[in-house]
Amino acid sequence: MAITLTDAAADRISSFLENRGKGVGLRLGVKTHGCSGMAYVIEFADEIDETDTVFEDHGLKIIIDPKSLVYLDGTEMDFAKEGLSEGFKFNNPNESGACGCGESFTV
Amino acid sequence: MALLQISEPGMSTAPHEHRLAAGIDLGTTNSLIATVRSGKAETLKDGQGDALLPSVVQYQKDAQVIVGKAAKAAQLDDIQNTISSAKRLLGRGIADIKTLDGKLPYEFVASDSNVPQIQTIAGNITAIEVSAEILKALKQRAENTLGDELKGVVITVPAYFDDAQRQATKDAARLADLNVFRLLNEPTAAAVAYGLDQNESLSERIIAVYDLGGGTFDISILKLNKGVFEVLATGGDSALGGDDFDHKIAEWMLEQSGLQTNDSSAFHQAMVEARRAKEALTKANQTDVSLGGWQGVLNRTDFDEMIAPLVKKTLLACRRALRDANLNKDQVHDVVMVGGSTRVPVVREKVGEFFGKPPLVDIDPDKVVAIGAALQADVLAGNKPDEEMLLLDVIPLSLGLETYGGLVEKIIARNTTIPITRAQEFTTFKDDQTAMSVHVLQGERETVEENRSLAKFSLKGIPPMVAGAARIKVTFKVDADGLLTVDAEEETTGSKAGIEVKPSYGLTDTEIETMIRDSMENAQADMQARKFREQKVEADRTLEALDSAMAADAKTMLSEDEIKTLLDARAELQQIKENTDDAEILKAAIQSLEKTAEFYVARRMDDNVKTAMAGHKVSDFSDKNKDEI
Repeated sequence: MAITLTDAAADRISSFLENRGKGVGLRLGVKTHGCSGMAYVIEFADEIDETDTVFEDHGLKIIIDPKSLVYLDGTEMDFAKEGLSEGFKFNNPNESGACGCGESFTV
Repeated sequence: MALLQISEPGMSTAPHEHRLAAGIDLGTTNSLIATVRSGKAETLKDGQGDALLPSVVQYQKDAQVIVGKAAKAAQLDDIQNTISSAKRLLGRGIADIKTLDGKLPYEFVASDSNVPQIQTIAGNITAIEVSAEILKALKQRAENTLGDELKGVVITVPAYFDDAQRQATKDAARLADLNVFRLLNEPTAAAVAYGLDQNESLSERIIAVYDLGGGTFDISILKLNKGVFEVLATGGDSALGGDDFDHKIAEWMLEQSGLQTNDSSAFHQAMVEARRAKEALTKANQTDVSLGGWQGVLNRTDFDEMIAPLVKKTLLACRRALRDANLNKDQVHDVVMVGGSTRVPVVREKVGEFFGKPPLVDIDPDKVVAIGAALQADVLAGNKPDEEMLLLDVIPLSLGLETYGGLVEKIIARNTTIPITRAQEFTTFKDDQTAMSVHVLQGERETVEENRSLAKFSLKGIPPMVAGAARIKVTFKVDADGLLTVDAEEETTGSKAGIEVKPSYGLTDTEIETMIRDSMENAQADMQARKFREQKVEADRTLEALDSAMAADAKTMLSEDEIKTLLDARAELQQIKENTDDAEILKAAIQSLEKTAEFYVARRMDDNVKTAMAGHKVSDFSDKNKDEI
């Protein structure tokens, strides 16, 4: 399995990376936090650790630490607009329930 | 489903704990709000896609307040109740207002505090209140867009604002229920937007900020030294701006067409057409103009000639400001253009000639101040690794505490730079729970046994409440020396307890590395363990809820048979919980009990009982951002 990006997500990520002017890719992860168990983490990545797994999609590097990979494998990352709001969301096959806010999830 | 943004490395926030911040350009004519999302600063638009909010507020008889475009549209018909340019009145006394340029169409009354008030149909209003309405509208826009409350804002003010004017701006923010991180000078914000503070090629830079808006012109000379901006001189003309350019075109059209200049409707029409022509000429070399039956062509050379005296006036002000700062033109390193009127090509050209270098024009001149303020707000909210601050140290392993079910909730992630303070709110698990044990742990694993125990203390004196109602704030603070202090406070009573620990004590680098490696190697097992423990907590929660519901009203609401059915189902879940280690089996058992209890829940709901708990998910009756200990 792998981590994939939709066209819209890839487009925005490259534009954000370009705007930032540095970084090797995007780091995805999970944190044990929040109302429904786990929370997603999306950060710019400036370095890759030896233990990281790196996926490449749309020419972008998606970097994940081994601990988070088990929660995220098979995830598709999308960029969406909802009303005035816009941002990224995850289509995660490992997710069994999300809290009302959608910021945290359980496996 | 909340939409997520990209954070700087190590700066992600916990759910519902976003450090949302915005920059606000509270302008005389228009106001804007901007924020940093996924590392990019941008202005936020309203539902119609407009970023500019006209700084106009209309007060109506029924105390309703209209802000922005609709208020601006109503201005001509309801001039006394529609307040514009309130910024000119901020922090001014009655005596100051009498000397203000241009006559203001409002009825002023003096108040006890020497703050002039404007008589409107909705009562006497101060400029602070008008500004607060504008800030409220922007705050609302930001919160609609970002989906959560703003933690704080940076509001820009003109460099020449005195203490009273700055204080008045802060008061307006307070009325709008905004937390002000700081006020920032408008020219400084513009320089920050262009990243001039990040450029370290020179130890000292001189920056000229040329700000030509609709009705005002400001020139500011700044000195940037090691990231600190100093205002060396300011100057300008509070009655000169793009509106005067329109005026020149309108006069020319009226003269050419032979229409009467004292006809106010013809004049108004001419101003609208003039503005359109001016905007067209920023791109084209000539544009067709029409007024009444008259048609003509305005070319850029003629337009440039018309406004030449006005542009010259701004350059004279630049010369004066430089003289006040004791500087020559060639000592200026950067020229930043701000304000919509700097889109006019001849303005750019003349300013470039004057300073002998091309001015910075890449960022939309209407938005540049708000964008700079947003960048500053983002840093102050703590979303960026603070580059100015010396990187003292990082914590080697995550710090957290034990939550119900033997799980670890991490409060501070490893590799976080110190000093750092993080707080999280927890709640009680049982009804009438009066004490809570706080177990501080260090490590990367999911369960308590696998982490290192640092300290334990209890918080007593929690008032008896239903489970989930107490608000216990636990604060982890690591100082620059790596000393950890953990405090717990029950927020309704204020009862407190705390402890000091030295987390890194006794751990060698190898031990730390082993702990981190273990957490990676055991990720899969930990995930299973976590899943099971979460279900176990859920099972306990369900049993607890059923017990407490039945203790309250089983006798009045259930028949003997129904009580037996429920108790049997309860016993079954209890039995499975004690004998399985499979999350799925336990989950099925919980669902089965919830199904059996459905009729009871429905009955309790119908009966208008306030706390109907059994058969519901945890999230249904616990506050969404609280975790149980």
